[in-house]
Amino acid sequence: MILIHCPYCDEKRPEIEFANAGQAHIARPLDPAGQSDADWEAYLFIRANPRGRHHERWRHVHGCGRFFNAVRDTVTDKFETTYKAGEPRR
Amino acid sequence: MSGFRLETGGRIDRSQPVTFSFDGKAYQGFAGDTLASALLANGVMLFGRSFKYHRPRGLVAAGSEEPNALISVHRGPGRFTPNLRATGVEIHNGLKAFSQNRWPSLAMDFGAINDRLGMFFPAGFYNKTFMWPRSFWDRVYEPAIRKMAGLGDAPTAEDPDVYASTYAHCDLLIIGAGPAGIDAALGAMDSNKRIVLIDEQDELGGGALADPALWPWLERSVKALTEATNVTILTRTTAFGFYHDNFIGAVQRLTDHLPNVTDTPREKLWRIRAGEVVLAQGAIERPLVFDGNDTPGVMLSSAARVFANRYGVAVGKALTLMASHDSGWHDVFALAKAGVGISAIIDVRKSVDSALLHAAERLGIKVYLNHGVVGVNGRHNVSSVEICDYSDQRVHRINCDALLMAGGWTPSVHLWSHSKGSLKWRDDLGAYVPDVPNENVRCIGGCFGDWDFGTGAVIDVLPTPKDQSRIKAFVDYQNDVTAKDIKLAVREGFRSIEHIKRYTTNGMATDQGKTSNLNGLQIASSALNKPVPDIGLTSFRPPYTPQTFGALAGHAKGALFQPTRTTNIDSWAQAHGAVFELVAQWRRARYFPKAGEDMHAAVNRECVAVRSSVGIFDASTLGKIEVVGPDAAEFLNRMYTNPWKALEPGRCRYGLLLKEDGFITDDGVSARLAPDRFHLTTTTGGAARVLNMMEDYLQTEWPDLDVWLTSTTEQYAVIALQGPNARKVLEPLVEGIDLSAEAFPHMAIREGTICGIETRLFRVSFTGELGFEINVPTAYGRFIWERLMAQGAQYDITAYGTEAMHVLRAEKGFIIVGQDTDGTVTPFDAGLDWAVGKKKPDFVGKRSMARPDIVAPGRKQLVGLLTDDPNVVLEEGAQIVAYPNQPIPMTMIGHVTSSYWSETLGRSIAMALVAGGHDMMGDTLYIPMPGKTHTAKVSGTVFYDLEGARLHV
Ligand SMILES: [Zn+2]
Repeated sequence: MILIHCPYCDEKRPEIEFANAGQAHIARPLDPAGQSDADWEAYLFIRANPRGRHHERWRHVHGCGRFFNAVRDTVTDKFETTYKAGEPRR
Repeated sequence: MSGFRLETGGRIDRSQPVTFSFDGKAYQGFAGDTLASALLANGVMLFGRSFKYHRPRGLVAAGSEEPNALISVHRGPGRFTPNLRATGVEIHNGLKAFSQNRWPSLAMDFGAINDRLGMFFPAGFYNKTFMWPRSFWDRVYEPAIRKMAGLGDAPTAEDPDVYASTYAHCDLLIIGAGPAGIDAALGAMDSNKRIVLIDEQDELGGGALADPALWPWLERSVKALTEATNVTILTRTTAFGFYHDNFIGAVQRLTDHLPNVTDTPREKLWRIRAGEVVLAQGAIERPLVFDGNDTPGVMLSSAARVFANRYGVAVGKALTLMASHDSGWHDVFALAKAGVGISAIIDVRKSVDSALLHAAERLGIKVYLNHGVVGVNGRHNVSSVEICDYSDQRVHRINCDALLMAGGWTPSVHLWSHSKGSLKWRDDLGAYVPDVPNENVRCIGGCFGDWDFGTGAVIDVLPTPKDQSRIKAFVDYQNDVTAKDIKLAVREGFRSIEHIKRYTTNGMATDQGKTSNLNGLQIASSALNKPVPDIGLTSFRPPYTPQTFGALAGHAKGALFQPTRTTNIDSWAQAHGAVFELVAQWRRARYFPKAGEDMHAAVNRECVAVRSSVGIFDASTLGKIEVVGPDAAEFLNRMYTNPWKALEPGRCRYGLLLKEDGFITDDGVSARLAPDRFHLTTTTGGAARVLNMMEDYLQTEWPDLDVWLTSTTEQYAVIALQGPNARKVLEPLVEGIDLSAEAFPHMAIREGTICGIETRLFRVSFTGELGFEINVPTAYGRFIWERLMAQGAQYDITAYGTEAMHVLRAEKGFIIVGQDTDGTVTPFDAGLDWAVGKKKPDFVGKRSMARPDIVAPGRKQLVGLLTDDPNVVLEEGAQIVAYPNQPIPMTMIGHVTSSYWSETLGRSIAMALVAGGHDMMGDTLYIPMPGKTHTAKVSGTVFYDLEGARLHV
């Protein structure tokens, strides 16, 4: 069972306290109505599926409840880093 | 009779005889014996029948790598464990063990005919033989294979045993308490580290238990470790899996070795998080591959040494060694010292260390170098072996009653591999050893390839002058895979060891190839003419040895499998004979049958009561979220489809929640209590999902909004009072709220008290009748419920359950999200476009409502269905077709989502999702059902009180 560092609690906690919330750094367009069908499709459905470094969102759902970002290696399943929502991509 | 108890020696307690049975026959052993050693001491060599060919099989090993001697243990009703290794079962008085995979008896097995038909069972046999015709698989092949091939019987009764589980944390976890593991523990003992030392056997020592010279050291070491307060010793504990971040799963066997213990936990699951892990799991001796190497009496030489030195049992009177490694020589010297007769040493090598030759000479043991065994005589036990002189290919016979194999050693890298540590090939060992770790873990001793008993030759199959097609040289004993099978796989084009493994099933049995993987690799390597590292290595996966489901499940079974959420009113429902159903872990009253009523009768009565007088319903399970803050209205306006900013305090609104893809995900009626405070309700099953979704948008998309979300689902008991007499029941109990239709209209909320208890009183309706939902602090739920029941007695107030609630809402065309929608239904599809704020520039899901697929014609739309025969109640989930006479498979244009008998209307009603359904009003559709195709007319979804007059009284 993986240990995940919550950047809000600043503690490593077992993964059962957390829930994955999909790819990170996909911001909801500020003007959805102005989006083309293709742009909106890309925002809604198109996701990266990298082999290796992957930016994804997690929620400390059975802890502080905060959403945060993480860089996880999809091959080794190791977390490289975690950081607070709103901080720049690492 | 072959094996026997030596006069002296071993760690067994000869003052404590133990009586047990095997296949119904009584035997005697001593405390400290395993089932394997005790049966061997009684001369039993035949332990089981093989998987595919039903060949007679005896012990190969003395430890957990044993592939053949799988047995079942009965401990009384429901307490039946199949596929235990006889080498790991400690005997106790009254133990009842049974052999497996034989009929009618172990010695005379009908299935052994498979062995004679061996030519029909080559590699890939299952893939090749049973592919056609398809129908034969279910009816003929599979039942026959299940009967003939296979391991022990699966238990049929529920397991009555109790299993414990625990978490543990330590600085240093040492797995394996042989000399290397014990040394590691002793070395770290004086630090302040919290140390856990695990071993799968009943006592510490590992290989040292078979080496009397080490016993004084062992005794001192175990004493020191036992006395150390920072060392936790877990024996009879198998570390079965190594998971991320040094998380180890282990099962401790607590009572199986004791007679008649059923009142304490049988096993305990340990989940251990360790700072550092040291793997000291040793190495497993490798069998040699030659014709007849599965005859009972052919076993690993290290096993014979363990049986003699640890258990005081000789595996025969005249033992012959077939070696390719020095370790076998040391074993037979130790055996000779323990008083076991040795008839010869055969070594495939042309020369060996002269010290070995001198030692053999001193003991008077005849040595054959550059020789190999090419045949074994005896069916149920070895009687003699045929050996070939490789210099002239001449074959002669040696009499013996046991043949020991010393084929070198395979480091036990199982847990290392679980941890994703890399491996490197060592040509000199003919084995993979640990290389680069992936966690904070290191391997020491035998599992690192570090041993001190000499060297050996690495060979695949012993050379033989015999016709290769006529020999049976086994590689995987448990799955009956021979060298010939692996060569056949290569001839048929398989190149990767992962494919060869699956095609031949080599290494795929319950032992995961502990004794067979490396021999299989060597044979494939020779057949492909490629070095072993080029053809790969199969992966080890947990568990290291099979574990019980009971241990893994622990307490999480029966009522403790998952929590059952109950409302404060649940006890009343229970006392009044409710039939319950589980909804999102909530136990909800489904209906309240009176004497003699079935569900249909009870639901009809409950529905009529609501429509004609008054009904009472426990709605406490509704999800509730308190939304508070200056931006609360703005937040809800962005989340829900409809406008919220203009909603006045004291008023309610039906909220429809979409996902960003435009599909309905939840709905509920919510109230504005104050400019900055809302009381939201969600569906019972959607509460957690909705809160998560709202938190997601609030935290990550609109962190600038000043809003707080709090789950209040369990803070309130909610009682729905519905029906034309609802106000009359409520009025005398409520203070501070004017209940008149003018002062308190439909879709309003008021705060006041009921029976002196603070309440948030909603005037809302999920039935289409005059209705109220009374929210009170949870602890007062049953109290208020009973007061309402007393007050409503004069109106024959009737408790109704979820089934009547479903009928009542369906009569009014109210949807249930998740029943009438399936995650692909838009507000327009569901006929809820009235709930979408047309003027709002944005809300979650709005942009998606203009996606090409969403605006395209032919989408499935929610409609009503009225069967032509009013007495026919369609099945929910039934498929709908436009024309009944098309060939099968027909084009299905939709399905029934809700369907009930409406006692109020005196006919059936249904809702359905039908492609283009909104444009089919009045059309006839067809619903093919078993036995008959029903016809129904498309209608609107509101079946009762179309103008809604009953709500506004
Ligand atoms: Zn946290």
